[in-house]
Amino acid sequence: MTLLSLNNMKTDIGQYAVLHGVTLDIPEGGVFVLLGRNGAGKTTTLRSIMGLWNPTPGSVTFRGADITGLHTADIARKGIAYVPENMGIFGGLTVEENLILATDKGRFDQPRLKRIYALFPALEQFWTKQAWSLSGGQKQMLAVARAIIEPRALILIDEPTKGLAPSIVAAMAEAFREISQSATILLVEQNFHFAKSIGRDMAVIDDGLVAHAGPMADFAADTELQERLLSLSA
Amino acid sequence: MSASLSKPSFGDIAVKSTVLLIAALLCFAPFLFQDVRALEVAARICVFIVLVASYDLLIGYTGIVSFAHTMFFGFGAYGAAILLRQMGPGWDAVILGGLAGVLVSLVVATAIGLLSLRVKAIFFAMITLAAASVALVLASQLSHFTGGEDGITYRAPDLFKPAFKLMVDEDGKVLRLFGVKMNGKLAAYYFVFVTCLLLFFVMLRLVGSPLGTVLKAIRENEARAEAIGYRVVAYRTFVFCLSAAIASLAGTVYAVWLKYTGPDTALSFAIMIDILLMVVIGGMGTMWGAVIGAVLMVIAQYYLRDLMGVAAEATAGIPLLPELLNPDRWLFWLGIIFILLVYFFPKGIVGTITQKGARG
Amino acid sequence: MENLSNILGRMGGVYLLPAGLALGAFVLIGAPASWATLTIAGLSMGMMVFLMASGLSLIFGLMDVLNFGHSAFISFGAFVAATVLSLLGGWVGADSVFLNSMALVFALLAAVSFGLAAGWFFESVIIRPVYHDHLRQILITMGALIVSEQIILALWGGTPITVLRPHFLEGAIILGNVSVEIYRLFAFGLGLVAFIGLYLVLNRSRIGLLVRAGVENREMVEALGFRIDRLFIGVFMVGSALAAVGGAMWAGYETLITPALGGEMMIVVFIVVIIGGLGSIKGTLLGAIMVGLTANYVGFLAPKLALASNMILMTIILLWRPNGLRPAVK
Repeated sequence: MTLLSLNNMKTDIGQYAVLHGVTLDIPEGGVFVLLGRNGAGKTTTLRSIMGLWNPTPGSVTFRGADITGLHTADIARKGIAYVPENMGIFGGLTVEENLILATDKGRFDQPRLKRIYALFPALEQFWTKQAWSLSGGQKQMLAVARAIIEPRALILIDEPTKGLAPSIVAAMAEAFREISQSATILLVEQNFHFAKSIGRDMAVIDDGLVAHAGPMADFAADTELQERLLSLSA
Repeated sequence: MSASLSKPSFGDIAVKSTVLLIAALLCFAPFLFQDVRALEVAARICVFIVLVASYDLLIGYTGIVSFAHTMFFGFGAYGAAILLRQMGPGWDAVILGGLAGVLVSLVVATAIGLLSLRVKAIFFAMITLAAASVALVLASQLSHFTGGEDGITYRAPDLFKPAFKLMVDEDGKVLRLFGVKMNGKLAAYYFVFVTCLLLFFVMLRLVGSPLGTVLKAIRENEARAEAIGYRVVAYRTFVFCLSAAIASLAGTVYAVWLKYTGPDTALSFAIMIDILLMVVIGGMGTMWGAVIGAVLMVIAQYYLRDLMGVAAEATAGIPLLPELLNPDRWLFWLGIIFILLVYFFPKGIVGTITQKGARG
Repeated sequence: MENLSNILGRMGGVYLLPAGLALGAFVLIGAPASWATLTIAGLSMGMMVFLMASGLSLIFGLMDVLNFGHSAFISFGAFVAATVLSLLGGWVGADSVFLNSMALVFALLAAVSFGLAAGWFFESVIIRPVYHDHLRQILITMGALIVSEQIILALWGGTPITVLRPHFLEGAIILGNVSVEIYRLFAFGLGLVAFIGLYLVLNRSRIGLLVRAGVENREMVEALGFRIDRLFIGVFMVGSALAAVGGAMWAGYETLITPALGGEMMIVVFIVVIIGGLGSIKGTLLGAIMVGLTANYVGFLAPKLALASNMILMTIILLWRPNGLRPAVK
């Protein structure tokens, strides 16, 4: 069952055409990974889904409803969460304030909060600290926690492992596996090994177009294809 | 952009021929318009073209907004005025006054630039506004020096006295050429015209030089220009100083022409608003725009205000409207026109025409 | 040295500056009674300036919009309040605290409602089309300022207008050998209430949480599902209303107002937000108090320097901290 489908999405940023017509179906459940070289348009794809850039022409359909051109806030209310590459943490707010802002009613759902504590124990430890004082990994945990503090159908995550220590990357992978039990994750990732370990499906974006899409297992087995599309040496 | 690179478009030609026509009219103004008021208008146009063009170096070519441009204009004007009064009417006073004005402008501009161009660009607008208002208040407070609100009246060098005879006929009377007296007034006008022309050419040369290209790069993308290795702050401070120095020289020229310098002619915030309007009307980021903006605004100032007076009398019975049509409320209408222009024609007359021509 | 700065930091850091300023002035002035009078005058001026500046600072912090037309709200607030007070002249002069306060309440309410309405108009008509474009923003708000000032001139004329003060705010109370004008106390109190109110809303409410988050990262607030444009207009209206109240209070303080009032205060307001750091309410309060105290102390110690005192203060602080004393986290 398709959760999100992008149809011929073209996005210009200023005078530059970045996406030249991205067409992609994201099935419900599991982790869907977007791969591709730097500057290929992966981040722009996420931002266009979120309504932070307006794709013209092209359309975005979420759960069967057209959400193209909607206000970012309204897209978010439809059940899409976004973790940007820079994490978008509010540094002057405490960990608690960062999270409570993301709740629908200004109250925590206690069982859900317990689950988040279990996934990311550091957040409970630094609960009343201002977010700027957290380490990079802790900030990333906070950003992901903020995206799942309310049940969301789709979570867009942009390069969560960039610059993180291996131990934290492992914890992150664990967290994503658990989250993807109840929600769909659309993940932009440069770290192919990480992507391979958690992705169920994947697509490669190259020069603003979808160059390849399919199950992760097939792609992981085809080293020649990887070489061609990602210029990976390993 | 592309219009200026490829063959000249229709709009381009239209703009440049208009500017040429204006230059010709200004060049022969004393012969073409033989009344005192018209010559005043022509001289004011010359000075304001330089003033506006030097402001455009800042706002149009570098993308920074300063509200202190009249302050620098005033430095030059007051420099000449104070020395002409102290030292008597002589060229030494004009030159020393002009240099003093430029020097003060450079010092103040460097200080402001280094203080505020380093941080947010928006601070710059605020700090220049604060500095300009302090300068205005100082000018009215230090009255033994600046003449306070009344300003200073002084005599210009002998060459510019209306009684001075440039050429005489056989009887020893001032010679008339095409009905125009060859007297000091004429010399004064051509002093204004030639100095302004020179200053304008300096600026024209500058924006066409590699420096102009760097400035545009900084305006388009500050971070990128910095990354390529341009010292953005240094460039901006340099341009700010340069435009301040030119404004100051324009002030000196205007002071010599008017033989009077006071807050209203050299420092008031109204002049700053005039400059802003001229830049926006003409078109930011083009020297030609400065010419067209200055011409339109100065003519409007001299002649349209009379029309407002007539309109105010005609609407005397209607509430509020005569108040707003009063010639003193001139700025009200200019403000509205200004807002509309910034909304709908941010490129100004020249930018809009050039673009239209390029498309069609 | 390291230790000293640590200790100072723990005691309040930059917030100690006004106290240091007051202490220095105490030594220089020498006469405790004059010093006390000047300090109270400085604090009350600071609070009125805070009212005017807080809106500008908040609006800039949240929306990245610097409204050069802000001073129009100050002027209009002053003139609207002065007009209401003169219309209610009978109540103002009456020997009844109740009627006095009603006149005051009506005048301030008029200023607030005007500020709210004008703020709404400014945000939705004038500024919204030029978000993200600083150059045009500065130009357009400057144009709006020119037009507003001309409207004030057309409506109230260019001659100074006398502002009636409610009877119960006239006079002074004597504490020891220090005489304190009641109006100054009132202005200080009102400013303090506004600060505490703003502080509580920003730090204890969900709206405040949104505003603080929006100051840091607007896009992320949207991505969490909040319409930031609605937040913008609310903040803009409140900020404008605060400026109008500040203007109204200033009118009562000066008792004689001209249309140039807004422009004059705007320079002070700019200096305050530059010193304090744009976008921070605490920084704005700090900047306003510093400016108020400096203006009064320097005005007493070296009247000739009074004019330039704020510029000098700003220069020193910018050389020391280029982003102001308490810049908002970005």
